[in-house]
Amino acid sequence: MSLLRPHHLRDPRPAGFWPLAIVFALFLLFLYGPMITIFVLSFQGPEGGLTFPLRGVSLHWFHKLAEGLGTVDIGAAFRRSLMLGAVVMGFTVVLSVLAGLAFRKKLRGGDALFYIAVASLIMPSIIVSLGIGLQFRLIDNGVKELLGALGAESTLEGYGTALGLLSSALGAHLTWTLPFGLLIMFAVFNRFNPAYEEAARDLGATPWQGFRHVVLPLIGPSIVGVGMFGFTLSWDEIARTSQAIGDVNTLPLELQGLTSTVTTPAIYALGTVTTIVSLLVMAAALGTGALLQRRSIVKKH
Amino acid sequence: MSAPPASTHAARAPMHAIAAWWQAAPFALVFLLFFLVPLGLIAMVSLWNFNEYELIPALTLRNYASMFEGCTQLTDNGDLCVTLSTYLSTLKFCLLVWAITLVLGFAAAYFLAFHVRSTTTQTVLFVMCTVPFWTSNVIRMISWVPLLGRNGLVNQGLIGLGVVNQPVEWLLFSDFSVVLAFVHLYTMFMIVPIFNSMMRIDRALLEAASDAGASGWQTLWNVIVPLCKPGILIGSIFVITIVMGDFVTIGVMGGQQIASVGKIIQVQTSYLQFPLAAANAVILLAVVLMIIWGLTRLVDIRKEL
Repeated sequence: MSLLRPHHLRDPRPAGFWPLAIVFALFLLFLYGPMITIFVLSFQGPEGGLTFPLRGVSLHWFHKLAEGLGTVDIGAAFRRSLMLGAVVMGFTVVLSVLAGLAFRKKLRGGDALFYIAVASLIMPSIIVSLGIGLQFRLIDNGVKELLGALGAESTLEGYGTALGLLSSALGAHLTWTLPFGLLIMFAVFNRFNPAYEEAARDLGATPWQGFRHVVLPLIGPSIVGVGMFGFTLSWDEIARTSQAIGDVNTLPLELQGLTSTVTTPAIYALGTVTTIVSLLVMAAALGTGALLQRRSIVKKH
Repeated sequence: MSAPPASTHAARAPMHAIAAWWQAAPFALVFLLFFLVPLGLIAMVSLWNFNEYELIPALTLRNYASMFEGCTQLTDNGDLCVTLSTYLSTLKFCLLVWAITLVLGFAAAYFLAFHVRSTTTQTVLFVMCTVPFWTSNVIRMISWVPLLGRNGLVNQGLIGLGVVNQPVEWLLFSDFSVVLAFVHLYTMFMIVPIFNSMMRIDRALLEAASDAGASGWQTLWNVIVPLCKPGILIGSIFVITIVMGDFVTIGVMGGQQIASVGKIIQVQTSYLQFPLAAANAVILLAVVLMIIWGLTRLVDIRKEL
């Protein structure tokens, strides 16, 4: 086909190339233009407002952000989201890889599990969030009744709620990140050549050795991708977290609240900071993935 | 998007079946605890009673009845009841956003799949379409403020050009900005599956169509679009379920003034009216499932994969 022909013999650009190219370019501008605008405006001078013109260039609004916006401790929310993102990433990687391995074997009920994961992916997030919030409120009621019945008055006094970052919020995030992880593992194992594993087995490798020294290096770059999905999706998640979190908020939830109260470029500074974290994680994932790929190629030679 | 067939050689030992279950168990447990049980609880609690202080286990249709109270007739102003008008408004957003993202996503995917010749360029452009997906939705929403606001770039430009004398007010915190933000946020969900479908199309089919005398439009409509149906369906399901349940985008971009089904559920939850919220969630789920069912009737996804 055309790819194999020398360059000058290729067909001319088919009809519709330029109109579509313009549509595509405008679409990219539409995607990135607004984000670039707030990136620029976050360096607004101290006198500047939410819109252009730029009145000087400064880090003023980043300093304001570091001091906290109103009653919101941005630093604490930032650290909470970072921690939750890291935990979600760990769970997403381990559980998705394990499930991916399981689906390669004969797995009874595998179809049902797959459909449940897909259902979770497309379920309106508010429903998932409401369900988890409700579940933990009912758990709270149960625990309180139990403590009351046992007469543990002091424990009862101290009991707040089971809702929290590492209970309900973690679960809510996993219902969103794990389906992506599983779909990526499917894509990986669909293209995986089992001959390598068989060779390892024939040479006397235990299943663990086969996984550790043969399968893992081969799927390594994709696992990094699963990790990136896990972190970035958790880092920005709002809808599923909203009803399923207790007294503390994650950074995106604080941010959502701030959109209606903060009327200074500090909110753009916050946008710039969170976007940079997302981009750094993506870059780190790309870099690690490329590194793993190169190492596995070098090893083969 | 289907489970890969279990490799036959691995199924030899029955031990493997047990090992497979242990490996899938943690994954399955997460969905049991944080997806299936919560859904079951929603269905159960939608039948409960409640007062200001507590939830009261019961078996009543009161919550459903209160949703549709007064819906059999128009209000004194000639409007529909709250539930119906909210659903209509949400469906309106859904239809608009679905149509726009479908056309835009299809055009972008078509350009990537059939007009970009170098694989590297194709990959780079595809990644550029998906990168914003991994950044914050709220940031991407508020990034429209400096453009569409009362003193934003668009209004400055329009006034500068003398097109309008007064700043245009409906650019931000309006139906327009809500639809714009939805398209901005979710066209990616159309591009990725449609592009995936397009890349699977055997290029020889297109040459055959052209050799048989089909025009560009005929090839597009009679060859490419039918072969892209699974991708279109998957993208449509994503976009429609997201918009139907949305409360964040409509909240932020509508200036907290526009009603949506998701917003009703969110408000009722925050007032701890769990049984009402649960009844609303059950109805929302039923509506969404009916839409998906209707779509899959148009395309038998399992046959197409």
